[in-house]
Amino acid sequence: TQRNTQFTEDVTTLKMMKTSQAVGVMALLRPLLLDVVPTIQQTAALALGRLASYNDELAEAVVKGDILPQLVCSLSEQNRFYKKAAAFVLRAVGKHSPQLAQAIVQCGALETLVICLEDFDPGVKEAAAWALGYIARHNSELSQAVVDAGAVPLLVLCIQEPEIALKRIAASTLSDISKHSPELAQTVVDAGAIAHLAQMILNPDAKLKRQVLSALSQIAKHSVDLAELVVEAEIFPVVLTCLKDSDEYVKKNGATLTREIAKHTPELSQLIVNAGGVAAVIDCIGSCRGTVRLPGIMMLGYVAAHSENLSMAVIVSKGIPPLCTCLIEENEDHIKAAAAWALGQVGRHTPEHARAVAVANVLPTLLSMYMDTHSSEDLQVKAKKALKNILQKCTYLPALEPLLHDAPPNILKHIVGQFSKVLPHDSKARRLFVTTGGLKKVQEIKAEPGSLLQEYINTINNCYPEEIVRYYSPGYSEILLERVENYHPVL
Amino acid sequence: MLTSNVTFLFSISTIKIFTTFCIFRSVDEYRKKEYKAAVKIQSWFRGCRVRAYIRYLNNMIIIIQKWWRGYQGRRYFRKMVETAYFIMKMNFYNEMAVRIQKRWRGYYVRKYTHNYYALKKYLEAISVNNEIVRKELNEYAEMKEKEKEKKDLEKKEKEKEHQARKMHYLLSTEQIAGIYNSPFSKSADPMELLLRKSKPLSHSQQPAKNHLICELCDRSNCTRSPTFPAAQPLPPIGRQKPQGPFRDAAEVLRQRYKPLEPTLRVAASINSLEKAREEIKREEWRNRVHDNEFLPFSSYHKNEKYDPSIHRSGKYGQETYGVKHFREVQPKKWIADKDFQTVLPSIVLFERFGKTYSRTGQIV
Repeated sequence: TQRNTQFTEDVTTLKMMKTSQAVGVMALLRPLLLDVVPTIQQTAALALGRLASYNDELAEAVVKGDILPQLVCSLSEQNRFYKKAAAFVLRAVGKHSPQLAQAIVQCGALETLVICLEDFDPGVKEAAAWALGYIARHNSELSQAVVDAGAVPLLVLCIQEPEIALKRIAASTLSDISKHSPELAQTVVDAGAIAHLAQMILNPDAKLKRQVLSALSQIAKHSVDLAELVVEAEIFPVVLTCLKDSDEYVKKNGATLTREIAKHTPELSQLIVNAGGVAAVIDCIGSCRGTVRLPGIMMLGYVAAHSENLSMAVIVSKGIPPLCTCLIEENEDHIKAAAAWALGQVGRHTPEHARAVAVANVLPTLLSMYMDTHSSEDLQVKAKKALKNILQKCTYLPALEPLLHDAPPNILKHIVGQFSKVLPHDSKARRLFVTTGGLKKVQEIKAEPGSLLQEYINTINNCYPEEIVRYYSPGYSEILLERVENYHPVL
Repeated sequence: MLTSNVTFLFSISTIKIFTTFCIFRSVDEYRKKEYKAAVKIQSWFRGCRVRAYIRYLNNMIIIIQKWWRGYQGRRYFRKMVETAYFIMKMNFYNEMAVRIQKRWRGYYVRKYTHNYYALKKYLEAISVNNEIVRKELNEYAEMKEKEKEKKDLEKKEKEKEHQARKMHYLLSTEQIAGIYNSPFSKSADPMELLLRKSKPLSHSQQPAKNHLICELCDRSNCTRSPTFPAAQPLPPIGRQKPQGPFRDAAEVLRQRYKPLEPTLRVAASINSLEKAREEIKREEWRNRVHDNEFLPFSSYHKNEKYDPSIHRSGKYGQETYGVKHFREVQPKKWIADKDFQTVLPSIVLFERFGKTYSRTGQIV
């Protein structure tokens, strides 16, 4: 007995092992699970769990070795230490892949795990909830199986327990269950989870806040009704304090939650704006770096996309400078693409909005991103769309000038089109256009006769007297010199 | 000769007959001629008379038709003029209505739909709100920072104190100055002061704290090897076995501290039956879809006969007082024929309801 104890303890502490050795060890551990002494059983189970969590081949070996049915049977009878160890094994096996999780479900582990959730000991509940969470994480069928076993009401009860670790795990499990489909999210909501989750936002523990915010955002993302239910739990303006938390992931999850709520309808976005959410998100973006910023950027984009009043609210809350810095500073293409998309949504509504975006000097950056061969497809497409949307409404000529020189033809026609709309009515702008060399550049553009670009060029040329158009047309100096050559002076 | 005579006689007679015939014939023909002439003259004259009459009739008819057509034409013209006038008026009214609607729609849109000033105020309110939110969040962040700092500071203090308590033996005495109390420095080191203040640690407290912490942690993350829990409490060490026919101490302790195993009857609470019943009722209530009992069919009670109240049934059936009229009317006592006059005049605006345009439009 002493030897067995020692052996299992050694196995528990030994982590680095080759797979073949490990399979052999597993065969040795299996009979120890049925040992008389409870300590040996527990330690054997613990060792198995450690092995299975290390490597997915070992986990498969655990499944193939028919250990799971034994574990499941003994789960219901034994004491709490054994239950914790057995739940640990199930969790370790289930986390690697959907097939392994399916194997666990098939040997009937879900019912016993749900019974464990009703146990008195919080450690047992935590282990069982963790195992259920890892199983439900993979896909919606497994989640449905977990829900059908009746886990959700018990998990909601677990959330109300005083132990912080248990709350964390229960929140994370609810988040994993509700992320797959609206029906699952509705099941979680029907069990009354939202009210408890909303209360826990005020808890000072950072990891708990992460999980709670993640759970609420997974619920809110599926449909308008679910988002409205989440909002009715009065999370605003409490969620905004989470956006100022010292923990990066709490900020990220808080921004994700506001994004999932804001994206559904203009009314929800209006609610967030009225609660001051836009300012909080903007500050959050300014203080973070990297992927943590991404949900905040997308949230601004969604809010601005709904209507021009909301877009103006974003501009007024000083939203454009952080978006520009994101666009310039970040290295990842997908964050840049999100920032470009968000800027496009802000600037596309009216000339006022386009002016606000253009004044921040983003258009050359967008153009360079569109033209850069190193940027990904997604980034190029989004930059082009954003540029087009802003340019179609932009009447702020000083921002359009620098673009004339570098732009490719498909963008150039929009720029020239905007000039052709503004120049006929504004004489000061005409003067400025000539002095900054814009007229010269326009003459140098080669356009097919009859195309839209040619029409715009003609409109611009008609705004100026003939002499100046001829002066700036290419090759005029040669014509003048030829005239000098052919001139016979009158003596 | 005779024959010639006969024939001559014959011829004379025939000539005589013939001449008379001729004479009669010429007379007849003359008569016929005259007759025909007379007829011709008369027919011509009759024709003239008839023609004159017809001409007269024609002229009369022309006059009548002339007047009738004139009348029809004037009527038609009048209608045309009226329609033209009406169309002109309606165009004018439409013009004016367009002007009014133009002004009204402009006003309405500018005031309610795209109210520039409201939008401006809203955006200003948002910026103000944002400022407030930002300030509050900054204060919150600062508060959290301060709390964290305070916690860190307190932790450090506690650690220092713990260290001081552990190293109490380093306190300086009269004879030997401790390491924190250099004779060359003017005043004692702060560590020295701490040492002076602190009470030395007692050894027995430490293991119990660790044991408690071990119990609550997650066994799967535990890196210490698990201890072997004892199956039964051990008897106290060092006690001499009491002299006499006493039972084994361990046995006695086991019996004394045997946990209570109540029977089912005792373990069940006194109102468990009621509770179970309540439970069932609640379950039923929860599973029931609809709380109201089924109502009886609507026409189930319709074969009731209606009994009128005593007050309303008169001698020969129902009285109409209270149903058809409410006040007694005794026309013989009336002074005047007219009804009461209303004190307040009727509202002029409401009288114009449905009559905002003049009645000119109803001609067409």
